[in-house]
Amino acid sequence: MSDAATGRPVIDARKVGLTFQTADGPVHALKDVNLSVMKGDFVSFIGPSGCGKTTFLRAIAALEHPTEGDLRVNGMTPDEARKRRAYGYVFQAAGLYPWRTIAGNIRLPLEIMGFPKPEQDRRVKDVLQLVELEGFGKKYPWQLSGGMQQRASIARALAFDADILLMDEPFGALDEIVRDRLNEALLKLWAQTGKTIGFVTHSIPEAVYLSTKIVVMSPRPGRITDVIESPLPRERPLDIRDSAEFIAIAHRVREGLRAGHSYDD
Amino acid sequence: MRSILPVLTVVAVIVALWYAAAVAMNATWVRDQAARAGTEVSFQELVPRTLAQDRPVLPAPHQVAKGLWDGWAGQAVTSRRSLVYHAWITLSATLVGFGIGTGLGILLAVGIIHNRAMDQSVMPWAIASQTIPILAIAPMIIVVMNSIGVSGLLPKAIISAYLSFFPVVVGMVTGLRSPDRMQLDLLSTYNASRSQTFWKLRLPASMPYLFASLKVGIAASLVGAIVGELPTGAVAGLGARLLQGSYYGQTIQIWAALFTAAIVAAALVGIVGAVQAVVLKRMGMAR
Repeated sequence: MSDAATGRPVIDARKVGLTFQTADGPVHALKDVNLSVMKGDFVSFIGPSGCGKTTFLRAIAALEHPTEGDLRVNGMTPDEARKRRAYGYVFQAAGLYPWRTIAGNIRLPLEIMGFPKPEQDRRVKDVLQLVELEGFGKKYPWQLSGGMQQRASIARALAFDADILLMDEPFGALDEIVRDRLNEALLKLWAQTGKTIGFVTHSIPEAVYLSTKIVVMSPRPGRITDVIESPLPRERPLDIRDSAEFIAIAHRVREGLRAGHSYDD
Repeated sequence: MRSILPVLTVVAVIVALWYAAAVAMNATWVRDQAARAGTEVSFQELVPRTLAQDRPVLPAPHQVAKGLWDGWAGQAVTSRRSLVYHAWITLSATLVGFGIGTGLGILLAVGIIHNRAMDQSVMPWAIASQTIPILAIAPMIIVVMNSIGVSGLLPKAIISAYLSFFPVVVGMVTGLRSPDRMQLDLLSTYNASRSQTFWKLRLPASMPYLFASLKVGIAASLVGAIVGELPTGAVAGLGARLLQGSYYGQTIQIWAALFTAAIVAAALVGIVGAVQAVVLKRMGMAR
């Protein structure tokens, strides 16, 4: 809470640029990215493929390293933050180990971080409940549906109780109906835990429905074209998507995406 | 029943072809004998004589079966004429060699994936080692080992290990590298150490690859042990039976020893397969 009180951003990017050196010459994945994310924010990054949204998320997680500017996570460099286990990361695919049960998979980060055994058991039980997978702990991943596997991978990211949750198109591979249910569940989980969430998506309704802050990005070079502070209340039933406010925000996101694209096709 | 019929059909065809080949290949000797005696042989007389020779060019299936039966059940297992005795001599060298080869192969693979210098230096040597004909290098290993006072089982086991470490290295390197970028990134977000990454991700992920290699490796071990017996003066073991058989033209003995080797190999591969099934099932990787 002290971070919110002092107004210090959890994620703070100033003029961040990232250039990949490839055989075909340098690729500017990110350029001049400025962004502040406060504690408890739900930030979505939206844009066409190649706009650097995933690269930016990976840079926050210290999986990529910016070549320009300054990026801070909890006031530290991303690598320091990673070493202090400041965030949980959810990938596009669930990536559960086939040789571990669901509970075993969720236990993995806890084992690596050296939590004592009874504490591991308690946490596994708690997060299984949080993602509504009670009773599935002893199952193997292949016995679960895609949506349930992704929920298990969210539970795995939550297990060690990092303040930040970074999610890279976690529901991209799932069908619309499952996606809606998981979006609702994610909002509930966010309300319960008060975590700061960074969420990459290319679905406009998903971004508008979930976020307190929507970051619209465009490609070549990857940059931010618009940052929208959502006026929607934190409590959001699914039918909020039919409200005039929701449609107005979605319209602005679409305009932002179109503006970023205009010179390219 | 539906699956056994095609299998039996194939076996029957092979046996029939084998009999036909035996008649054709052994006929020359029968005709020569007849010519020497100044007689003619009709086809009806020829066929039984081709299938009942003491030293046929190609023994008929029933002769090999009888040779196998005599070797396995007709002798005390400690007898020098017992195939059980010779199979055990070869099997013991095979198992020791397989153990050494598997251990060495896993160690090399672990080194190769963790150390860039080893990756670039060990693999070419491992590949080069397999391009040398084993028949050429086996006598040298025996001679070198003998000169430092090591003989008996160990030199054979080393030749056996020489053949079996290679598939294990190749399989384990592939297996330990099988986790994809995302899996490795995930562990990086946990700030996992290299040893944690190895024990929790790379090693379990490599298990299916390990077992595939072990099946190749154990069969190669057996070949290595048999080849290792050839230059030792053919004292004991399946290799010795093969060599003695060829010295004295005992083709039935050769074939009986060959079949024994094949049966032992099949049993060993079967055992590895059974262990694989149990291990993967307990790991939850078999469905």
